Amino acid sequence: MATMQAVRTGSAAGARRRRVSKRHQRRAILVFLGPFLTLFAVFYLVPIVYSVYQSLLKVERVGAFGAPREIFGGLAQYQQVFASEDFWASISRVLLFFCVSIPVQLGLALVFALLLDSAVPKWRRFFRLTFFAPYAVPGVIAALTWGFLYVPSLSPFPAVAENANLLGSGLVMFSIANVVNWVYTGYNMLIIYSALQAIPGELTEAARVDGAGQFRIAWSIKIPLVVPALILTGVFSIIGTLQLFNEPTVFRLFSNAVASNYTPNMIVYATSNIPNYHLAAAYSVVLALATCVLSFLFLKITQRRAFG
Amino acid sequence: MSTSTRSRPIATIGTTLFLVIFAGYFLVPIWWLLMAATKTRGDLINSTGLWFADSFHLLDNLGDLLTRDGGVYPRWLVNSALYAGAGAAFGTLFATMAGYALAKYVFPGREATFNLVLAGVLVPATALALPLFLMFSKIGAVDTYWSVLLPSMVSPFGVYLARIYAAAAVPEEVLEAARLDGSSELRTFFTVSIRLMAPALVTIFLFQFVAVWNNFFLPLVMLQDQRLYPVTLGLYIWNSQVTQDPNLQMMVIVGSLLSIAPLILAFLALQRFWWSGLSAGSAR
Repeated sequence: MATMQAVRTGSAAGARRRRVSKRHQRRAILVFLGPFLTLFAVFYLVPIVYSVYQSLLKVERVGAFGAPREIFGGLAQYQQVFASEDFWASISRVLLFFCVSIPVQLGLALVFALLLDSAVPKWRRFFRLTFFAPYAVPGVIAALTWGFLYVPSLSPFPAVAENANLLGSGLVMFSIANVVNWVYTGYNMLIIYSALQAIPGELTEAARVDGAGQFRIAWSIKIPLVVPALILTGVFSIIGTLQLFNEPTVFRLFSNAVASNYTPNMIVYATSNIPNYHLAAAYSVVLALATCVLSFLFLKITQRRAFG
Repeated sequence: MSTSTRSRPIATIGTTLFLVIFAGYFLVPIWWLLMAATKTRGDLINSTGLWFADSFHLLDNLGDLLTRDGGVYPRWLVNSALYAGAGAAFGTLFATMAGYALAKYVFPGREATFNLVLAGVLVPATALALPLFLMFSKIGAVDTYWSVLLPSMVSPFGVYLARIYAAAAVPEEVLEAARLDGSSELRTFFTVSIRLMAPALVTIFLFQFVAVWNNFFLPLVMLQDQRLYPVTLGLYIWNSQVTQDPNLQMMVIVGSLLSIAPLILAFLALQRFWWSGLSAGSAR
């Protein structure tokens, strides 16, 4: 009897403690999430909403000398965006840039990761760090440095720089792609490499016992298993390419072949400098939407392919 | 076994050579900067790019760089360190707390919150710069430290990483034991959980630090006063004035070298930490 009592009060106390603990937990959740969500709302959500709002306004003048005032313009700015030949040209330029840059970048990253994972016994750490080091160089600084290397008078390979006009309209896209690849290949390599490291040793060991060579193991076992990592790097590459701004902006200092409307983001910046904020806002809303849609589509398509 | 070891050496030499060539590709620009920084402007054009010239001018160049325009370059470095350091420190703390809460507590709206944050990862920072400029100008805060610093404290990707890492590295039993000992949730987080999450913290910090250190668009839009510039914007502006003042070219070269040294050293020193955090984030 006495023990029953004790058990009952014990469980009641336990229940009370759990209730108190739940209340404490709720308060803790607010404290933990509060700072991030506040900043996220102010510096992510509000700007997005504000951008959409701005893009729906237009400036109206009363008469030739009247003061300009902002009125609701509906989709007028968006009409202008979609009618802009410069905008479409810049979009097709970054898509071409993507084709020139990303297959090489991700292909090399995959090859490096596979080689470092299996074939090379020596200096593994040295290669890993050397390939990754450019990631620590800001895009602006990387573009300035390569810009110097492309200029014939400064280039350490003057024969190349003098014969191939690396900053002319024909090759400048490749030259910029090289800068971007130089910075990001090692980073992508590390992401793929760490996915490779997570593959259980027994899998590759079993294949080796069955007589599979390194190449066969890489092709049939390792690559299929790192597809999620490849998809992740692919999505970041899509976002990065559509947002291209820093490198081509710096290249305007070296080359006449890069105009102020070279990429969509450069158009946004140039438009806001006019200043025409409403049109610039419409450009950046369209660009952000295109980025989300493209990366989402890419995820869908690759996931169906990869995971059945 | 014996056949594979016999055929190995050629393949090994081949792949090593392949990797050595690419190591050269990745190092040449940095090596060129290092060499160029030791030269006079004349030697820069007349000597070979990949080795020292006859005279060694590094210290003179550094002196010129650090005193140019009343010592504005050291200010840029300090500004970059401030934007990236404070932005990454607070960004890491807030992202870790949020990711931890999303991993360790069950509450209504948890998945919706997480998905919203994940969508934030896809929102390009450049799409935010312009509306942020307009918002800051409404309250008269453009062209201030805050206009660059505050937006740098938000890291949705950090929340994602912290959630994954907290789920894997902080066992439920540890939290229960702390609760039974009467430790408050906050105390448990700051004394126990945060230590278990240390590699994730270093990773989030480093990647946010790099993101802010590399930031160019936001300061370009926000800042007029060159004393507030980060080093990327400062060097860009200097290089745009090279035609008026050719001496600036040397300043840009030495300034570029000096600006990348701290980050490369930090990556080398901290590789043990970010390495494990990166593995945790990408394995899923």
